[in-house]
Amino acid sequence: MRYLPHTDTDRKAMLETIGVASIDELFTDVPDAARLDGLIDLPTKQSELQVERALSAMAAKNVAAGQAPFFVGAGAYKHHIPATVDHLIQRSEFLTAYTPYQPEISQGTLQTLFEFQTQVALLTGMDVANASMYDGSTACAEAIMMAARVTRRNKAVMAGGVHPHYIEASKTLAKYSDVEISVTDPAASGLDEVIAAIGDETACIVVQTPDVFGRLHDLRAISEAAHEKGALVIAVFTECVALGLVESPGAMGADIAVGEGQSIGVGLNFGGPYVGLFACKDDRRFIRQMPGRLAGETVDADGRRGYVLTLSTREQHIRRDKATSNICTNSGLCSLAWTIHMTLLGEKGITTLARLNHETACELADALSAVEGVELVNEAFFNEFTLKLPRPAAQVVDDLARVGVIGGVPASRLFPGRFENYLIVAATETNTPEDIAVFAKALKGVL
Amino acid sequence: MTTRYTEDHEWITVDGDTATVGITAYAAGQLGDVVFVELPEVGKTLSKGDEFAVVESVKAASEVYAPVDGEIVAINDDLEGEPAKVNEDPAGAGWFVKIKLSDAAQLDGLMDEAAYNAHTA
Amino acid sequence: MGMNTQGRPTRMAENAATGGYADTVSGSRGLEQAEPLIFERGNLEHCGVDLPEPKGTRTRLGGLERQGQIGLPGLAEPETMRHYVRLSRKNYAIDLGLYPLGSCTMKHNPRLNEKIARLPGFADIHPMQPASTVQGAYQLMGELAHWLMTLTGTTAVAMSPKAGAHGEFCGMMAIRAKLDSDGQTHRRRVLVPESAHGTNPATAVQCGFTVDEIPADKTGRVDMEAFKAKLGDDVAGIMLTNPNTCGLFERDIREIADLIHEAGGYFYCDGANFNAIVGRVRPGDLGIDAMHINLHKTFSTPHGGGGPGSGPTVFSAALAAYVPVPYVQQTEKGAWELVEHAGQAAGEPFGRMAAFHGQMGMFTRALTYMMSHGSDGLKQVAEDAVLNANYILARLKHVMTPAYEGHCMHEALFDDRFLKDTGVSTLDFAKAMIDEGYHPMTMYFPLVVHGAMLIEPTETESKGGLDRFTEVLEALAEAARAGGKDRFLVAPVHAPTKRLDETRAARQPVLRWSPPANELEAAE
Repeated sequence: MRYLPHTDTDRKAMLETIGVASIDELFTDVPDAARLDGLIDLPTKQSELQVERALSAMAAKNVAAGQAPFFVGAGAYKHHIPATVDHLIQRSEFLTAYTPYQPEISQGTLQTLFEFQTQVALLTGMDVANASMYDGSTACAEAIMMAARVTRRNKAVMAGGVHPHYIEASKTLAKYSDVEISVTDPAASGLDEVIAAIGDETACIVVQTPDVFGRLHDLRAISEAAHEKGALVIAVFTECVALGLVESPGAMGADIAVGEGQSIGVGLNFGGPYVGLFACKDDRRFIRQMPGRLAGETVDADGRRGYVLTLSTREQHIRRDKATSNICTNSGLCSLAWTIHMTLLGEKGITTLARLNHETACELADALSAVEGVELVNEAFFNEFTLKLPRPAAQVVDDLARVGVIGGVPASRLFPGRFENYLIVAATETNTPEDIAVFAKALKGVL
Repeated sequence: MTTRYTEDHEWITVDGDTATVGITAYAAGQLGDVVFVELPEVGKTLSKGDEFAVVESVKAASEVYAPVDGEIVAINDDLEGEPAKVNEDPAGAGWFVKIKLSDAAQLDGLMDEAAYNAHTA
Repeated sequence: MGMNTQGRPTRMAENAATGGYADTVSGSRGLEQAEPLIFERGNLEHCGVDLPEPKGTRTRLGGLERQGQIGLPGLAEPETMRHYVRLSRKNYAIDLGLYPLGSCTMKHNPRLNEKIARLPGFADIHPMQPASTVQGAYQLMGELAHWLMTLTGTTAVAMSPKAGAHGEFCGMMAIRAKLDSDGQTHRRRVLVPESAHGTNPATAVQCGFTVDEIPADKTGRVDMEAFKAKLGDDVAGIMLTNPNTCGLFERDIREIADLIHEAGGYFYCDGANFNAIVGRVRPGDLGIDAMHINLHKTFSTPHGGGGPGSGPTVFSAALAAYVPVPYVQQTEKGAWELVEHAGQAAGEPFGRMAAFHGQMGMFTRALTYMMSHGSDGLKQVAEDAVLNANYILARLKHVMTPAYEGHCMHEALFDDRFLKDTGVSTLDFAKAMIDEGYHPMTMYFPLVVHGAMLIEPTETESKGGLDRFTEVLEALAEAARAGGKDRFLVAPVHAPTKRLDETRAARQPVLRWSPPANELEAAE
C-alpha cells in the first residue's frame, strides 16, 4: 500500500523490539465476540489510476455550475475565485498543519487568523470577530445561544425571512436548552411583526438581510426597538459579497453579525466545507461569551510581536461541561481561503465585485420579469430575488434543467407546502449577458 | 477580625456582620497568572456552597464557592482591569466580594490558619 | 532611542514591535523573513483582481447603499503571494515532519484526495441544484455512507455533522430524542469518564443532560465498580472513547454496553480514536449505539490549521429512526434522492445539524482514501498505527515513564515522573522538542495523568523516522535528568518566535488590528 512505509522486515524487527511474536498480541484486549476473522466485506486496495478513474466517472454524472447558465443561490453562491487562492491554501504548511496549539511553530496560521478576524470585523462593521465557525447556519445558532447568555434571557425571535436551514439548525441547537425560538411569518415583507414580537424577556431578534427571498431590510428601526427592551440584534447574511455594497450590520445597530463566508474564496463544494463568520461588539461581556477560537496579539520572550490562541477558558477543552459551546474544530483552511481572496480584493475589489453582482442581478431581473406571466416580487435586492411564476416552480426548475439551464431554487423546497409558484434566483459576476438571454428564452419556453 | 478558610481554598475575614471573601495564596499559586475574574452582582443572596465567582488563568478556570450564607454587598471592581491583584495580594487587594452574613455560627465550621496550613501541606 | 542608565533600550526597536528581529535593519534573518500584517502593507487602492468596470447606472438597493468606507486593504497578486508564502514558512506541518499529537491522528494527507475533491463535478456543484444534475454527488454520499456503516457494523449514518464535536451533538441528540419518544424523560444523567475529551461533557450539557464523571482504575480504564455504582433509572447513557484517551482499549467494553443497555441507557462512543481499530474491529460488534467518525483523523482529510473537519455519525438500529435531515437514499429504480424535510422521512428526524448536506469536500477526500486502501489496506492502517505506538513505548520506557503498564493501542501515554526534581516541566520538555525540529506531543491531556505526554505517531511514519525521533527524546530525557534544565527553560530558541506571553494576551485581549492613533487623527 503506497501510503504505508513499513516493509515486512521492518514490522518483524519492530515486533521483536516490542517483545511480541505477532501483531495480534497487541490486540488481545479486544473481546473475542468482536474479533474479526479476515477482512471486512468491502473492495480491496486500488491504485491511484483505478481510484481516479472510478471517481472521475462519478463526478462526470454531475452538471458543474461552470458548465451551464447557472442561477442558483439561496445560501451558497457561484463566484470566481482567483487561482492564487487555491495555490496558497495547498501549501503544505497551511494544508497539513494542526490547530495552532504550539504558537512558536504556528505563527503562519495564527497571523492569518488575526488578519481574518480583522477583515471580518471591518466588513461587518463590528469590533471583533472569531476565527470562524463551521458555516453560516451554525454561526447563527451559536449567536442565539450567546445572546441568551449575555442577556440572561431565554426568548429569541427569528424573522421569517431568515434562511429556513438556519432556523432549523438554530432550533435544533436550542431544542433541549432553555432557549425558546419563535419565528414570524416569512410572507411578511417588512419587519413590523418582528418588532411587535420583542418583549421584556426577549434575548435577541434575528434578522437576515438580504433575506432568503433576496429582500433587503433596514435594521435601524429594529435595533432601536430591541435595544429599548434590552434585547440584542443578531444580523444574519448568507451572501457576504453584499456587504461590499449595502450598509453593514454594525452601522445599522446590530450587536452580533453572523453569516456565511462561502462566496469569498471557498467555492460551492455541494454545501461544505464553508466558513461561518461571527462578529460582535467589543464588550467584555460579549467577548467572554463568544463561541469558538480567538487569535490574539502578544509578544514573545524577546519582546517581538506574535500571536496566540487566547481566552481559551471559554472553550470545551478547558471548561468542559461549562463551556460556551462544544465547538472544537473551526473552518481553518476555508477561513484562510477567505482571507487570501479578501486580501486580493481589498476595498476596491470587494466594492467593485459587489456592484457587478448587483448590476448583473438588475439585468437578470429585467430580462426575466419581461417574460409573460412572470412577476418580480422584490422591491429591492442585492444579487438575488424572487419571482412569482404562473405554475409550480419545482416543475419549472426541472424543465429548465432538461434544456440545460440551472435556474434557481423553488421556494417550496425550503418552505414545504408553501410558496409553490415562487422561484428564488441569483446572479453573480460569473453570469454573462448570453447566460441571461438563454435563461429568459428558456423560461419563456417552459412556462 | 478573624480569618477562616475553606477546603476549597477560599478565605473569609469577618468584621462585624460583614465578611470579605477571596481565594488563598495557595489557590492563586496553583492557578498561575490570573487573567480574569467573573464576579456576581451586588444584592445576590448566596447559600453556603453556591458557586458565586469564576477565576481564570490562561489554561484553567475554577469556580469559587460561598463559604457561608449571606448577601453580596460589595464586589471588587478593580479586578476587572487588574486581575493580577489576585496573584500579587490575594489576601488583601485581591479580595473578591463582601458578604453580609446571615448566620455567623457557620464560621465555626471553617478552618483556622493553622488547620488550613495543615490542609495544604 | 531613549537609553536608561543601565544602557538597555527602554523602548522596543521598531522591528520588534512588528514581529521582526531587532538586530537586523530589515527585521529579517536570512530565510527567516519578517512579515508585517496586511493592514501595514496594503492600502485601499491596491487590488489583486481584475474586474470589469461597473456601469454605475442604477441601483435597486432600496436606499440601503453603504455609506462610508470599509477599510479593507488590498494587495497586488505578487505581494499577496509573498505575504502568505512567507507566513506559511512559520508553520510546522505533517509534510515537514513527525506530528505526534496524541488524539489528533496527524497522518500523511495523500494528494490524490485533493485532486479528486477539486474535480469540477464535485467542487463546482451547488447543494440546491435539481436532483437530476447531481446524481453523482448523491451517489458519492451514498457510497461513503455504505463504507462507514460497513466498517463500523452499524445500520444508519448521519452525514451532515461538520466536525467531531458536531457529530457528538448529533449522536447525543438522537439518544435524547429516543428517550423522550419512549417516555423516558427522567433519564437525564450521562456518565463520562474523567479522561474524556472536553467536547464530551460540553456536548452532553448542550443536549440538556447533566454530567456524572466516572473515575479511571489503576490500569487507565473505566473503573467498573464505580461505573456499576452509578447506574440507575435516571441514566441516559454513557459517552466513552475507545480506544480511550490513554491509548488503551477498554477491555470491559462489552460488559459496559450490556450494563448500560440493561439499565435503560444508550452507548455513545467517541470515535476520535477509530484509527487504532479500523478494518479490524467493528464498533457495532462492541455494542455501541452511536459514534461519530472524524474524517479528518482516521480518513486523512487534511487538518488545514484547525479545520474544516467532518463528523459523520453512525447509529445502531435502536436509534436509526432519529437520524437528522437531510440524507440521501436510493430509489427502487436506482436513482438517488435527497430527503430534506422531516415530512419526507420514514423515521422521526430530531432536526437539522446545519444548512445543506454536510462536508462534501471532505467526503470526496475520505472516499478516495478508503478506496485507495481498501478493506485490506485499512486493516493494515490500524495494525501499523498500533505497531508504531508500541514501538515508541518500547524504545522509550526505560528513559521516560509510561503512565500505565502493558501495551498500548495507537498512542503511547507518558507522565512526568521521569522529570521529577529536574526543574523541567512537561511544557519545557515539549518546547525543547521544537528546537529539535519536532512538533510536540499532546501535553497535559488526558487530565487523569500528571503532566501527561500523549504520543500518536500514526501508521504513516517509517521505522527509520521513529528511530530518529525516539533517539532525540531519549537524549532530551537524559539531558533533563543530568541537570541540563537551562536549555529546556528557554526553549524554543530555534523557532520563528520564542515563548509567547499568553498571560498578556488573555489579560489585555487584542483580537484585531487597529489603525495607529496618529492615523486616526489624520483621518479626522
